[in-house]
Amino acid sequence: MSVSDPPNQGLRAWLLTDAPSSRRHARLAAWYQGWLSFRANPMTMIGFAILLFLVFIAAFAPWLAPHDPFAQDLAARLQPPGSENYILGSDGLGRDILSRLMYGSRITLYIVTLVVIIAPVAGLLVGTVAGYAGGWADVVLMRITDIFLAFPRLVLALAFVAALGAGIENAVLAISLTAWPPYARIARAETLTFRNSDFIHAVRLQGAGALRIITRHIWPLCVSSLVVRVTLDMAGIILAAAGLGFLGLGAQPPTPEWGAMISEGRRFILDHWWVATMPGLAIFTVSLAFNLLGDGLRDVLDPKEGSN
Amino acid sequence: MSGILIENLNVWFGEGHERVDAVKRASFEVPEGGSFGLVGESGSGKSTILRALTGMVPSWNGRMEILGKELGAKRDRSFYRKVQMVFQDPYASLHPRHSVDRVLSETLQLHGFGDIDRRVSKLLEDVGLGPEFRFRYPHQVSGGQRQRVAIARALASEPSILLLDEPTSALDVSVQAEILNLLTDLRRERNLTYLMVTHDLAVVSHVCTEIAVMQLGEIVELLNVDDMRNLRASHPYTSHLLRSSLGRRSESTEAESVSTEAG
Repeated sequence: MSVSDPPNQGLRAWLLTDAPSSRRHARLAAWYQGWLSFRANPMTMIGFAILLFLVFIAAFAPWLAPHDPFAQDLAARLQPPGSENYILGSDGLGRDILSRLMYGSRITLYIVTLVVIIAPVAGLLVGTVAGYAGGWADVVLMRITDIFLAFPRLVLALAFVAALGAGIENAVLAISLTAWPPYARIARAETLTFRNSDFIHAVRLQGAGALRIITRHIWPLCVSSLVVRVTLDMAGIILAAAGLGFLGLGAQPPTPEWGAMISEGRRFILDHWWVATMPGLAIFTVSLAFNLLGDGLRDVLDPKEGSN
Repeated sequence: MSGILIENLNVWFGEGHERVDAVKRASFEVPEGGSFGLVGESGSGKSTILRALTGMVPSWNGRMEILGKELGAKRDRSFYRKVQMVFQDPYASLHPRHSVDRVLSETLQLHGFGDIDRRVSKLLEDVGLGPEFRFRYPHQVSGGQRQRVAIARALASEPSILLLDEPTSALDVSVQAEILNLLTDLRRERNLTYLMVTHDLAVVSHVCTEIAVMQLGEIVELLNVDDMRNLRASHPYTSHLLRSSLGRRSESTEAESVSTEAG
C-alpha cells in the first residue's frame, strides 16, 4: 500500500482481511462483508433506503409535518392534491393527508416492530422444539399449530380483539397470535433437515444439552428463512391491522393509521380518489420496500451465499 | 485394561417385521493405546458399531466397555471426555454458520476448560493449521483443512479414545495421506486408542495394527496387519477382499512405473 492511499484504505483492508486477529476483528469483518454483499444488490438498497426514509419521517414527524394531523378545517375539506397548503390534498374533515401520513408512519412502524418481536419468535420456539424433540411434543405442538392455521386469520384476530378489547396494541397482539403458525411450520421443517446431521451429532458428542443445541446450533440456521418470510409477510400484517381498524377494532379514530385512512376514504372513492389512494400508495411503498429488503437480507444472512 | 471391549453386540433398527439387524453378535477388543480397524463394504454394519458406542443408536444389546467401564443406555459427560469421534464427511460435520474459533471454544467450554484462547491456538497448531484459520468459516477452508478442524474438535477434550468413521474417504488422495499422517503422529504423541472404520485396506494398513473384517453385520475374521499384508486369511470373504484390493494396487503400481519410465 503506498503512502498516497487515502487513510480509509487501511481500515478497508483491515476489514477485508481473511485472517482476522481477534474475535472482535472477525465479527466486524463479517459485518462489513455482509454490508458489502447487501450493498451489491441495488433493489435491496432501494428497499433499505425507503425504510430508512420511513424511520426518518416517523422520528421527525412533528417537525416535518406542515399541519396538525388532527386539526379539522371543514371549509377546506376534500381539497385535491397540489392545491395550496395541501400537497397531497385533504380528507373529508379537512385534515391534511400528508401530515396524517407522516404521523401514521409511526403507527405503521409500531405495528411492524411489535409483530416482528412476537410472531416469528413464538413460531421459532414452537417449531424448533417440536422438530428437535420429536415424539409426543412434536404431535402436541403441531396439532395446536394446525388448529390456529385452520381459522381464517382475520376472523381469529377479530375473536382475540373482541376478547382483549379494541385498540392498536391488542390488534397487534391478535395479529401476532394468528401469524405465528406458518413460522412454526417453517422452523420445524428446517429443524428436521438438521437434527440428524453430523454437525448436530458432533456437538451432542461434546455433551451439549438440548437447550444449547436448539438455541445455539439450530436457531441460527432457521433465522434466515424466517427473516425472509417475515419481510414478505409484512404487507399482509399492515393490511390486517388496517382491516381491524376498518372494523372498528384496531386503531381508533382520529388516529392517522394508514388502513383506517383508506376505509375513511372509501366513502369518497369515486369523486375524491386521493383520500383513499394516498395512504394506499404509502402502504404499497412500504410493503414493496420490505419485500425488496427481505430478498437481500437472505443473501447477507447466509455467509455461504454471501461469499460468492 | 482394554481400551474398548465389545462382546456379543447386536444392533438393530426398526421393530417387528421392519426390523433390520445391522450388527449381529460382534465381539472384539482394542487394547489401550492400540489401533483397530473395522473393514467391510458399505452396509456391513461397521459405522453402526461406532454409532452404538457413542450412544447415537438406542436399540442395542450385548456388552460394551470403555476403559473397563461398562456402558449403559445413556452416556454421561465423562464418557464424552474420554471418547471422541471424527466423522466421515468434513463438509457435513462442521456447523455451516460457526467459525473455527467458535467450534473449538464452544467445545472447550462444554468440557469445562479455562484459558480457552490459548487452548484454541494450541489445538490449531497441533493439527497443523495456522492462526489465520482461526476465525474462518467452514466454507472458507478446503476439505482437508475442515477435517483438521474436526480432528482438533475431537482432541479438544483430551480424550484417550478416538473413533474414526472413514475420516479420509471424502477427501482426495493427496489430502488423504496428510490426514492419515496427522492421525498416526497424534496417536504416537498422545498415546491414543483408535477404532477406525473404513473400506479402504490401504488406509487400514497404514494406521491400524489389527483389523476385523465385517460382512452383512457379522465379524467374519479378526487378523493383524502382517497377516493381511501376506494375504494369510482363512475366511473366503476376507481373501476375496484382500485380493481385489491387491489387484487394484498392483495396477496402480504398474501405472506408476510406466509413468516413471515415460518421465
